[in-house]
Amino acid sequence: MNNVFVYCEIEDGQVAEVSQELLTKGRTLANELNCNLEAIVVGHKLDKIAQQVIPYGVDTLYLADDKRLYPYQTLPHTAVVVRLFEEEQPQIALMGATSIGRDLGPRVSSALHSGLTADCTSLEIGSHSDKKAGKDYENLLYQIRPAFGGNIIATIINPDCRPQMATVREGVMKKNILDPKYKGKVVNLDVSKYVSDTEFVVEIIERHVEKSKLNIKGSPIIVAGGYGVGSKENFKLLHQLAEVLGGEVGASRAAIDAGYVEHDRQIGQTGLTVRPKLYIACGISGQIQHRAGMEQSAQIIAINTDPEAPINSIADYVITGDIADIIPKMIKYYKQNTK
Amino acid sequence: MKAYNIIVLAKQVPDTRNVGKDAMKADGTVNRAVLPAIFNPEDLNALEQALRIKDQFPGTTVKILTMGPVRAAEIIREAMFRGGDGGVLLTDRAFAGSDTLATSYALGQALKKMGEIDLIIAGRQAIDGDTAQVGPQVAEKLKMLQVTYVEEVKELKNDTITLKRRLDRGVETVKCKLPLVITVNGTAPECRVRNAKLLMKYKRAKTVTELQKENEDYTMLYTNRPDLNIPEWTVNDIETDASQLGLTGSPTKVKTIENVVLQAKDSKVISDSDENIENMMIELIKSHTIG
Repeated sequence: MNNVFVYCEIEDGQVAEVSQELLTKGRTLANELNCNLEAIVVGHKLDKIAQQVIPYGVDTLYLADDKRLYPYQTLPHTAVVVRLFEEEQPQIALMGATSIGRDLGPRVSSALHSGLTADCTSLEIGSHSDKKAGKDYENLLYQIRPAFGGNIIATIINPDCRPQMATVREGVMKKNILDPKYKGKVVNLDVSKYVSDTEFVVEIIERHVEKSKLNIKGSPIIVAGGYGVGSKENFKLLHQLAEVLGGEVGASRAAIDAGYVEHDRQIGQTGLTVRPKLYIACGISGQIQHRAGMEQSAQIIAINTDPEAPINSIADYVITGDIADIIPKMIKYYKQNTK
Repeated sequence: MKAYNIIVLAKQVPDTRNVGKDAMKADGTVNRAVLPAIFNPEDLNALEQALRIKDQFPGTTVKILTMGPVRAAEIIREAMFRGGDGGVLLTDRAFAGSDTLATSYALGQALKKMGEIDLIIAGRQAIDGDTAQVGPQVAEKLKMLQVTYVEEVKELKNDTITLKRRLDRGVETVKCKLPLVITVNGTAPECRVRNAKLLMKYKRAKTVTELQKENEDYTMLYTNRPDLNIPEWTVNDIETDASQLGLTGSPTKVKTIENVVLQAKDSKVISDSDENIENMMIELIKSHTIG
């Protein structure tokens, strides 16, 4: 009771990256709170899952295994999670900010009347005193995320409702196996007690999951463009530079909203989090939401027409000028000096 | 042929996509006054899906439900200019400070008063919060099924609908029965533009508060044309439990808001001269960052 719970997603029989990252974070939080870490997996053919999950320091793993529970469906998964949470009363519940977590999380929070914070970039334990109500709280989950407008970071708490729920994007937390021989208990749930047949009302006619063709997250060099790039046409320059350097092209939210590049290249709080060796930010002003996804890059070059752009303060090299002029020079001198 | 009752959940949002330098006040709070208020982009994608169903099934009605300040009536009018059939503005100080859950509760209670509904269609998320929570939370409050991330309505036949969803890494086609809550992805077709005839027809559509503010006497017009009255509901018009409204009804609280203090790095500021760029590239090659 009152433990930290992680809802784990399964892809092709493997625990999703984001779930592994959350298990790692969940273990840290559980240690601070001096409680157990528990995990729930809902799906089918889960006999090999325990050996993947428990090494992250999971004390109890709940499995809901039924042919009809894979692939994910809203109502049956909600039913399992809601009922299990009612029984186990977790104090914290974490989910990936994925198409599954963002479908399931709000549903569960609405059913349990508990608070949910989306796309957190940091999770910490802390206290709170509500002076108006004269109440003091210990060991609350601080759900930290950039908020509206860009230049602010909000710390959200759920003082009175449990579980305290948060979603986190893939890549934001780091994964780390605690102990390959960790001893955890596996509980196989009797699915019929958690889900009724009437909850299987959606028929999945076709499902086509493609591995992302892009590997921006794994690329050592990223050339990213923002609204300041100005057009789809100008983005070609970024592609050229990325190709020459052996990197990938990323973009800020503003560039994607403007239609300059595809959606799956988005870097930032609501997109990818990257940590390349070199990040070249072209025409990116550097709102906090964007920085949240790239500020851990080893080296940053910022190219901007605005010498006051916020991105400049975290850059190793700041070049003020026009990308149409600067990028060709970078390509030229790279080629000249690597022959 | 069946006609459908569709409600589109929409929100008026500050346009955070084009935030200029003056968007933040000196004290670190958001300067809402300088940000234009717009129809949340994905709610327009949602409206388009609803209007397509209306095109296909005559007699279908598409109404907007929005919660916000009096000014938010603008988006109901905007929807009418594009083919919508009016809607309801839910506005009251009692809703102030609502998080997504308290918002969903209020919307859910309003929806219960809007008669029989076949489809509730909402944008996936609003650009001022990006939470994507309100759609599913409303569905749960009403104990309705939801299908999120919808890109296309492939088929609607009587009470069976087939939908294509856009997921993180792929697509999924699902079939289910109405009634249903759908959230529409930004990758769905853009909303049609305003129709000039509808603009002329509905430009005087107003809420009571708007009429009072303008202090103009069009009483006759609004009596003869009931379609120009945009209903404005306060907390008294819907059945609510006060403990679930506004700040009180919000499980999440904002503990602190901090201005981001940028830890200035020791940056090399260089000009765009050939020499400077060449030196930078040589440094990066030498440090094995590139090459």
